[in-house]
Amino acid sequence: MPSPRYHREMPQRYRLEAGKCNTCGHVAFPPRMVCNCGCRDFKDERVSDFGKILTFTTIRVAPKDFETQVPYSVAIVESDNGVRVTTQVVDCRPEDIKIGKKVKFVFRKMYTEGHTGIICYGYKAVLV
Amino acid sequence: MREVAVIGCGMTKFGELWKQSLRDIFVEAGLKAIDDANVDRISSMYVGSMTPGLFVGQEHVGAMMADYLGKSHIPAVRVESACCSGGMAFRLGFFEVASGHSDVVMVGGVEKMTDGADVTYALATAADQEYEVYHGVTFPGLYAMIARAHMHKYGTTRQQLALVSVKNHHNGALNPNAQFRSEVTVDQVIKATMVADPLTILDSSPVSDGAACVILASMDVAKRMKKPAIKVLGTGAATDTLALHAREDITTLKAVRQSAEAAYKMAGLKPTDIDLAEVHDCFSIAEICIIEELDFVEKGKGGLFTEQGHTALNGRIPVNPSGGLKSKGHPVGATGVAQIVEVVEQLRGQAEKRQVKNARIGLTQNMGGSGASSVVHIFEVQK
Ligand SMILES: CC(C)(COP(=O)(O)OP(=O)(O)OC[C@H]1O[C@@H](n2cnc3c(N)ncnc32)[C@H](O)[C@@H]1OP(=O)(O)O)[C@@H](O)C(=O)NCCC(=O)NCCS
Repeated sequence: MPSPRYHREMPQRYRLEAGKCNTCGHVAFPPRMVCNCGCRDFKDERVSDFGKILTFTTIRVAPKDFETQVPYSVAIVESDNGVRVTTQVVDCRPEDIKIGKKVKFVFRKMYTEGHTGIICYGYKAVLV
Repeated sequence: MREVAVIGCGMTKFGELWKQSLRDIFVEAGLKAIDDANVDRISSMYVGSMTPGLFVGQEHVGAMMADYLGKSHIPAVRVESACCSGGMAFRLGFFEVASGHSDVVMVGGVEKMTDGADVTYALATAADQEYEVYHGVTFPGLYAMIARAHMHKYGTTRQQLALVSVKNHHNGALNPNAQFRSEVTVDQVIKATMVADPLTILDSSPVSDGAACVILASMDVAKRMKKPAIKVLGTGAATDTLALHAREDITTLKAVRQSAEAAYKMAGLKPTDIDLAEVHDCFSIAEICIIEELDFVEKGKGGLFTEQGHTALNGRIPVNPSGGLKSKGHPVGATGVAQIVEVVEQLRGQAEKRQVKNARIGLTQNMGGSGASSVVHIFEVQK
């Protein structure tokens, strides 16, 4: 991944920075310039550290960057302040994951780009 | 707007077409359509193709295909909306004729997926790169998450998902252009190699090469042709959030519903007026969600409806008589146009062993990504 592209997303990937719409209260992650309600005015907010699993799967055929990680589980998680994200669920067996289970976001390595590329980091979820 | 009809169609066989290049397959389908329509001039061309750049390193395929079809100098452009590039290309061609700007327009779709590219990566570019793909999710993974949510919310069973593939393989076995012309059983589907739980390889559309083309003309031109005109009664398109996780409800494909509503409204028809439908069954769960959004059955009952046989070739509303993406194959950019080719053949009564009886009105539904774009068309044969 070209480093400018990686660098730009760091506030979201490392610190879960989001934006809260000043009109309807929707928390946008990643932050955006215009809300679906039409408002363009946001204040800084963070995605809460805890959430619950809405749905999940275990990936067994992966793109090349992730091939060494299969099988790995991915879920859609809703944070306690209503933000929905796609994230890996780690440190557990696939059969331990259930819809509705509570999770906590943690900071983890995602993958390494070859021998000399960027080491990519971001958020993952663990069961609590 | 003027009335518009499809006057000719053609497609290649779908599958691993190793002997033919991207341009070869497009030209094969294009020539078949031109011969079928029996026209010598086309005014312009729209080519649906998702990502020829990633699959074979070739962009600018509008000009390329016009050139190799012997139509150099006509306006030609590639249209992209992920897996519904073909359907969206058709919509643009329709508007060009309907507006009165052109009398005869070609719409094609093409994809060459088996030349060695990282297909899982290339397809995943239709999802949100930074917020879905970065986390390792794949297309089968996204639909697997829809499936799990649908099963949880509505009690849809593993068996019902499998029955979509069983039906589509049954139909595809009757289609000489299909990639997989073999029947499968529920047991085979469930026990096949797992791709993304709960979806197996037999819940998934395959990786395919293929092209499909149709010729659109004003009704005045169409009426002078020998073959029955297939009138375009309605077109509808809509979009949704790019990321699956951003939707209010993970089991709802809002873009499908909105594109269908627009097409039904334009055609002045209800879901019960449709005699057959070709829909975007990129994964078994997708067909179940789509028939719900098309209002063939109420929300949550798509699995049961399939199990009861209502979508079978001889059912109340035959869905995917061609074999669908599952069995016919899914060269992504070609799919939307190939769906239209199937409906044209059905409405002309030329579908041979998979012919739906008394088919007069047909619908096509083509979808991009995990449902972030959808396009629906409705056709009626003119007698
Ligand atoms: C399901 C999928 C991962 C399988 O790919 P794969 O694991 O690389 O499978 P292979 O190519 O190694 O094929 C293994 C065998 O299964 C067969 N096969 C492959 N995909 C198949 C499918 N979808 N249905 C039935 N058979 C299939 C192959 O023909 C091959 O048979 P053979 O051994 O007799 O030659 C791949 O087809 C895929 O990614 N499909 C989804 C495509 C997609 O996402 N499209 C966009 C939707 S929006």
